[in-house]
Amino acid sequence: MTWIALKMLMGDKSKYFAIVFGVSFACFLIAEQSAIFCGVMLRTTSQIRDTHGGDIWVMNSDVRYVDDLKPISDDDLYRVRSVPGVAWAVNLYRGQGQAQLANGTYQGLILMGLDDASLTGAPTHMLVGKIGDLQIPDAILVDEAGFYQMWPGESLRTGKVIEMNQRRAVVVGVYRASQTFMTMPIIYTRFSQATLFVPPTPTGRLMPFVLAKVQPGMDSSDVAERIHDRTGLKALTNEGFMQLTMTYYLQHTGIPLNFGTTVVLAFLVGSAIAGQTFYLFTVENLKQFGTLNAMGMSDRRIVSMILIQGFVVGGIGYGVGVGLATLYGIFSQSAMPLLAFFLPWQVLAVTAVAMIFIVMMASLLSIRRVLVLEPAVVFQGGA
Amino acid sequence: MTTSIQTRKGVSCQGLTKDYGRGDARVRALRGVDLDISPGELTLLVGPSGCGKTTLISILAGTLDPTDGDVSVLGVDIKSLSKHEKAACRAKNVGFVFQQFNLLPSLTAAENVSVPLVINGYSKTKAVAHAIEVLKSVGLSERIHSLPSQLSGGQQQRVAIARALVHQPRLLVADEPTSAIDARTGHAIMELIREVALQPDRVAVAVTHDSRVYGFADRIITLEDGRVAQEKHVKPEVTNGLFAPV
Ligand SMILES: Nc1ncnc2c1ncn2[C@@H]1O[C@H](COP(=O)(O)OP(=O)(O)OP(=O)(O)O)[C@@H](O)[C@H]1O
Ligand SMILES: [Mg+2]
Repeated sequence: MTWIALKMLMGDKSKYFAIVFGVSFACFLIAEQSAIFCGVMLRTTSQIRDTHGGDIWVMNSDVRYVDDLKPISDDDLYRVRSVPGVAWAVNLYRGQGQAQLANGTYQGLILMGLDDASLTGAPTHMLVGKIGDLQIPDAILVDEAGFYQMWPGESLRTGKVIEMNQRRAVVVGVYRASQTFMTMPIIYTRFSQATLFVPPTPTGRLMPFVLAKVQPGMDSSDVAERIHDRTGLKALTNEGFMQLTMTYYLQHTGIPLNFGTTVVLAFLVGSAIAGQTFYLFTVENLKQFGTLNAMGMSDRRIVSMILIQGFVVGGIGYGVGVGLATLYGIFSQSAMPLLAFFLPWQVLAVTAVAMIFIVMMASLLSIRRVLVLEPAVVFQGGA
Repeated sequence: MTTSIQTRKGVSCQGLTKDYGRGDARVRALRGVDLDISPGELTLLVGPSGCGKTTLISILAGTLDPTDGDVSVLGVDIKSLSKHEKAACRAKNVGFVFQQFNLLPSLTAAENVSVPLVINGYSKTKAVAHAIEVLKSVGLSERIHSLPSQLSGGQQQRVAIARALVHQPRLLVADEPTSAIDARTGHAIMELIREVALQPDRVAVAVTHDSRVYGFADRIITLEDGRVAQEKHVKPEVTNGLFAPV
């Protein structure tokens, strides 16, 4: 029976190609749009992912996302260190600063202050200079994109000078950051240095985060919960903080909504194309199914033939579509580094589920047409 | 199968009626057909367009349910069968020849002929091997691996006849088997039906418009307006492949 189903499907090469193309295109569209959506969502968390070394972020209990900067007190660092299960904890400054460039223009920027002794959370991908040079007085690291933003046309190098809060800062290194949502340069310096680069706050509090490492063998989320219980602060694992940030962006900004709309559109257009092609294919085969039914093929076998055809088309289309989406991702990453593209297994799974759903729907619709067809109609020859 | 087929029985119906649609849109296609068809004869069903020939033959073949009346096909009361049982019964006992041939376009001649065997549970290899034998008997040994699109109308109808016979059905039904092909080829097809299809225990019914093939019949039943208008036994005028028009 299967061979008849497959021959019916593949017999007319051009028709077969058209169906596979339609379904592949639909899969590609869904996977690609979802991957761009994921890429955009991922960008909201790039600052968290770029901060290596710690397991847990401790912050003011009102913080809603990574750029929601609310200081905690210096004492909190010691309270976190005293929580059982915490191997070590360091402070991490994050704030917005403003730089005055040599030519007099101003540039807003994000200022990161790392623990003076350990430099925990420093960038890992250095392009020029080395992280250790941050120990030099007034030293800063600047990200590649930020460097070009402040000094367009110049090649990456150390020794550039900016002024923050009327203090000189010298670039001792350039690093590569993950793409973020913001377009501001991200400057790294030592914590003690950072406090000098921003004007004093009314409360005198400066430290938005504590980065904690859990002791080996301990579960990060357990320790995070314990920190929260003991200090009343918000304590989240890296994943938890990313989740919080993404959820905030999803719920409170229009950006995911706009991208989400394209994803939904891709789903609709994809479903329409894939469903329509497959449905039309089966409807064109109504006469053949009717003939088989007249000759005594049971409804169950006809249904399974249509399902086999659906799953073969769906499977091939899925493979080709997802393959194309992956190629597109690889290509776009090198050709258009600014394009957000992230294809996690979840997108593949969602695309697969969508494909199964579409194929099932189209099959069910066409099966209905086949089953209500009176076998007698095939005598008339018109069916 | 819960039904047993009796070899000597043919087809009979009493007071057979068939309505299409409901209410105002109701069309009465059959208005009480009484009929007895014996095995071993070629019965032609003739009559003006719209008189109910296709309707009647569809009911006899078990693809259409009558509205009222009794139908017994090969000793089985087909009204007593479920949809599924009827399909199983058709698969085993009925061979179909359609006006438009209804071959599956992407299957070769041999594969097309093998379909009824496959429906009856044969493996593809076995079914195709058997199909090739039957194709030879209808004179198509050269075109076994051709697709329907590569065959002439007459050749396609030969394939269809081979397909209708490959599983040795007890009932052969043909609706206008010659009307989509030219007259000469039509005669050859009717000859084939007489020679190959007609067996002592097989019931063969063909619907036709074409008065030029009346000469092939053992029996001609004329329908008019949903009723049997005339029924006559004739001596087939076909001898040695020569055909004399009535
Ligand atoms: N599916 C249907 N729904 C409604 N009416 C139908 C249907 N099929 C056939 N009829 C009507 O039933 C009557 C008999 O139709 P049928 O097809 O049996 O005639 P026929 O003798 O085969 O005609 P022809 O020689 O043109 O093929 C006609 O009046 C036709 O319009
Ligand atoms: Mg008809």
